[in-house]
Amino acid sequence: MLITSRGRVKTLLATGALAATTALILSGCGARAGDTVETTAPAAASCIDTTGDTIKLGFLNSLTGGMAISEKTVSNVLHMAADEINADGGILGKQIEYVQEDGATDWPTFAEKTEKLLTQDCVAAIFGGWTSSSRKAVKPVVEENNGLFFYPVQYEGLEASPNIYYTGATTNQQILPAMDFLASEGVKTLFLAGSDYVFPRTANAIIKLYAAELGIEIVGEEYVPLDKDDWTTQVAKIAEAKPDFVFNTINGSSNVGFIKAYYDAGLTPETTPIISVSIAEEEAPAMGHEVTGNYASWNYFQSLDTPDNATFIDAWKAYPGSSGVTSDPMEAAYISMYLYKALVEKAGSFEVDDVNAAAAEGGVTFDAPEGTVTLDGENHHISKPGHIGKINAENQFDIVWSSDGVIEPDPYLEEYDWFPADVRDALVTSAG
Amino acid sequence: MDGLIPPLLNGTAQGALLLLAALGLSLTFGQMGVINMAHGEFLMAGAFIAYLTQQVISSSDLSIPVALPLAFLGAGLLGLLVEVSIIQWMYRRPLDTLLVTVGVSLILQQAALQIFPAQGVPVEKPGWLDGQLAVLGYDWPLRQVFTLVLAALCVAALAGWLKYSSFGRRIRATVQNRDLAETSGVPTRSIDRITFFVGSGLAGVAGVAASLIGGTNSQMGTQYIIPAFLVVVAGGIGQIKGTIIAAWVVGVAMAYFADWTTGSLAQVLAFVLVVVFLQFRPQGLFTVRTRGLT
Repeated sequence: MLITSRGRVKTLLATGALAATTALILSGCGARAGDTVETTAPAAASCIDTTGDTIKLGFLNSLTGGMAISEKTVSNVLHMAADEINADGGILGKQIEYVQEDGATDWPTFAEKTEKLLTQDCVAAIFGGWTSSSRKAVKPVVEENNGLFFYPVQYEGLEASPNIYYTGATTNQQILPAMDFLASEGVKTLFLAGSDYVFPRTANAIIKLYAAELGIEIVGEEYVPLDKDDWTTQVAKIAEAKPDFVFNTINGSSNVGFIKAYYDAGLTPETTPIISVSIAEEEAPAMGHEVTGNYASWNYFQSLDTPDNATFIDAWKAYPGSSGVTSDPMEAAYISMYLYKALVEKAGSFEVDDVNAAAAEGGVTFDAPEGTVTLDGENHHISKPGHIGKINAENQFDIVWSSDGVIEPDPYLEEYDWFPADVRDALVTSAG
Repeated sequence: MDGLIPPLLNGTAQGALLLLAALGLSLTFGQMGVINMAHGEFLMAGAFIAYLTQQVISSSDLSIPVALPLAFLGAGLLGLLVEVSIIQWMYRRPLDTLLVTVGVSLILQQAALQIFPAQGVPVEKPGWLDGQLAVLGYDWPLRQVFTLVLAALCVAALAGWLKYSSFGRRIRATVQNRDLAETSGVPTRSIDRITFFVGSGLAGVAGVAASLIGGTNSQMGTQYIIPAFLVVVAGGIGQIKGTIIAAWVVGVAMAYFADWTTGSLAQVLAFVLVVVFLQFRPQGLFTVRTRGLT
């Protein structure tokens, strides 16, 4: 008798579907920022312990999962800055004692660890985060517990929190300088390529408005999910559109796929150069193809010739676990630690309200590797110079364009009359 | 240039990579009933082997061809290790293999993160893949052609092996009726191991191809595992010809959707297509008749 085992086939199908679902959940796409932060605990009174010789600070970086690719370096550089400050006598005479937590590339974890750091470890401030989702998960928790969070990565702007200090660029310090550079190069047509999440979507919305102002035509706009590397289909469209320049807001390893597809399609920087906002000194050599001749927009480059940069580079190269090169997000993390030190010393206190009051008075500066930066007491961002670097054969950046001095942070782009208020409101709402 | 041609060709190549990733799964999942969530990490192992080979043989013209058999061997041995240490205790319990291999996949990802630079490592493509092939007026990147040829070779080799070799006959016998095969003198345990070795090794080969297309890092396996499972299920479990057709359809559909909409929506639409298809034909494109009683 022949028995067709439909039962077995069905079981396997069901388990197969379950496997796919499990993988989806595990890949982390299911997590929404803010899911776990609806805590009912009353805003705890500050429990920061300032009686001893040490002061506790929290580091919150993804040391595991997909974002470990980027956040490990930030964590290392924070440790280096804390060690330097300790060797130099600490903050207000107290040695920094750091509590390192792993955000694990999972946004609810970022929220949980923030709460743990603030209410159990009683840290005076938290440093870290990378993705906008992680920042948005931390935001309600630090606000509720009246903590401090120092965020070191360039981002899409349209945010300001009394409990967050942003030491990376906002859009008018990275995206707009890149557009100014393109205009100065006489670029007429531009193709936008980005990963599909809040930063590239918001950045491109702003780019399109500014491009209209500058008379640059957008000839295409393509998005690919963050976790997908294959850009062949989209690059074929770029090859067909033949733009003067490609504006690249892709993040992470998807950049590698984009660069490979770009060269494989026969595109070159001579005819169709790329300007990127997330390829820096660390990423450039990891592309699997030399990227010489393409551009990036940052506020810091290892090649910057400033008095403090040489010291910073040497210190980093000598630091255990160092990757040997310095980059913008690393430098911004380094700034965040020293900016905190400057704020506390100005306030003469570790209490959050005192620190914020010191910030609001204005005039807090730090001689950073990128040059002297000044904290804006109102929006908690810092002034930064804008630079455009052209990648050379050593995967370093030759600076080909710089802004006229430092650019004051304007996260809501209020000083730009081409940016309509209704668009701003819509973008703020959609960014959550 | 006709706008319909590039998505067709690139979709075919995309489908070929998907097929390479799914071939091994169709063996281990389809033939053995093991849901191996660590399959993506075996693929990752293949990509890292391509990188390591490039460190020894600096000419990428040579290192990639050398890396292909090495990746097969390396990923295969890794698979064998997992089979011997864990999976062999779990046959006939597919749900348990799912949970355990999810753990294995996390361990392997973290291991890769510890061993290699967190940013990922560069794998350079061979010089002979520079340039494009003019097909129907489209300059088709040679890399895409390479993926397609590699997939074709792997399918031919696997199909031939299953059909004509004594190992292949024994595998098919074990799949159709394990108990009867065993009483007929087929060493089903070693057959399981060889099947798992070959299935994992194929993931390693897919990893070399993937390293030429995207980034080589600890997370790369995660982007292939779900589509690969979907393709195997849609093709019909245990049916390589089904997997081939499903991979090609999904690849081409994704490319056309990406051409008409965006990359994100394309992925969603392609998956919806598969899910709707499975609603009407839950057994997949082809079914295998087995004589098992379970």
